[in-house]
Amino acid sequence: MNLTDLFVSSLLNNNIAFTFILGMCPLIAISTNVKNAKGMGIAVVIVVTLTGIINYPIYLLLKATNTTNLALLVFIITIAATVQILEIFIEKYLPKVYSSFGIFLPLITVNCVVLAVSLFFVNRNYNFLQTATFSFASSLGWMMAIIIVAGVREKMAAIQSDVPRGLVGKGIVFIILGILSLAFLGFTGLSF
Amino acid sequence: MKLIRLRYTKWYNIMKDGISRNNPVVVAVLGICSSLAVTNKVENAIAMGLGVTFVVMASSAAVAAIRNFIPPKVRMVTYMVIISTFVIAVQMFLAAYFPAISKALGAYVGLIITNCIVMGRAEAFAVRNPVRYSLIDGFASGMGYTFVLLMVSVVRELLAFGTLLNIQIMPVTFPTWAVMALAPGGFFVLGLFIWLIREWIHYYETV
Repeated sequence: MNLTDLFVSSLLNNNIAFTFILGMCPLIAISTNVKNAKGMGIAVVIVVTLTGIINYPIYLLLKATNTTNLALLVFIITIAATVQILEIFIEKYLPKVYSSFGIFLPLITVNCVVLAVSLFFVNRNYNFLQTATFSFASSLGWMMAIIIVAGVREKMAAIQSDVPRGLVGKGIVFIILGILSLAFLGFTGLSF
Repeated sequence: MKLIRLRYTKWYNIMKDGISRNNPVVVAVLGICSSLAVTNKVENAIAMGLGVTFVVMASSAAVAAIRNFIPPKVRMVTYMVIISTFVIAVQMFLAAYFPAISKALGAYVGLIITNCIVMGRAEAFAVRNPVRYSLIDGFASGMGYTFVLLMVSVVRELLAFGTLLNIQIMPVTFPTWAVMALAPGGFFVLGLFIWLIREWIHYYETV
């Protein structure tokens, strides 16, 4: 699979939020306005790309020592450590960036997208460049998804749309997500 | 007589809350991440639900048992290590005894680790309560979750394949709804299900 193809397919027709239904907890919780959604999205892109790249050589090491059963445990520790180090680093050297999306960083450890990307490259036998491309494109796709949903919700709040009371809040987000993911089905078969 | 008295015990209340008023999926909208993708078949939903129930119970009990020794600063990482140990156990169990289901679930078994329910119960309940109540609380949350998965997957499998647990239910001429097996079907069914339950237990969000 060539890299452009992989990039486009993980961004659009295999979008990690709309096709694999991953990262839903933060997507639903933080999509009330576009500004927060953007902050969360950028944080996810950075963390997912970094952990994808870091986890690949670690997986090779596990494979060489024949302990792939421990992959889950090792991946989650790498992710937690990366997030922690990134948080300390950004707080110290980029205080301005920290104030805009620093609060989202600790939440990312439990974002399914991060772990899922690491598990998917194992399942699909990607090489290093493919892993890096896949991590970046998937997280970009997730950022796109959260910003679209936040945009829709912001507009709905602005015009005070008439939602049935049982669906108010988080319920209606599922309907929005359903319609959006129907639209993304239209990208099926797209390739370059 | 004993049954009536049971209604007022702490055990009963924890149990009831987990399934109805504190249902993790319907009320708190947690744990959607690793679940919607596997609910297009009832058998997958049962495996996932029971897997999550086991992990919640085991990790809540473990966290409760060592709650006085966990330094507050590194508690998240401690939970993570405990949870992933149990998830690896579930993964190996499925791979050994139910290879077909393990293959269908794929990477989603591993994603139980990041299921917010497991972490949520450890953080919200197990760190402050003794082992026996934590076990019941984990069981109740897990069952509430399994119940929702089961309901969603029954609707989806019936409409998408015309079957239940791979047994043909609908007439063979029934035009199957392919979209129900895909992501949009999951979103719509769960959205409508949340609506239904919230009307039933009179839980409304105000924005």
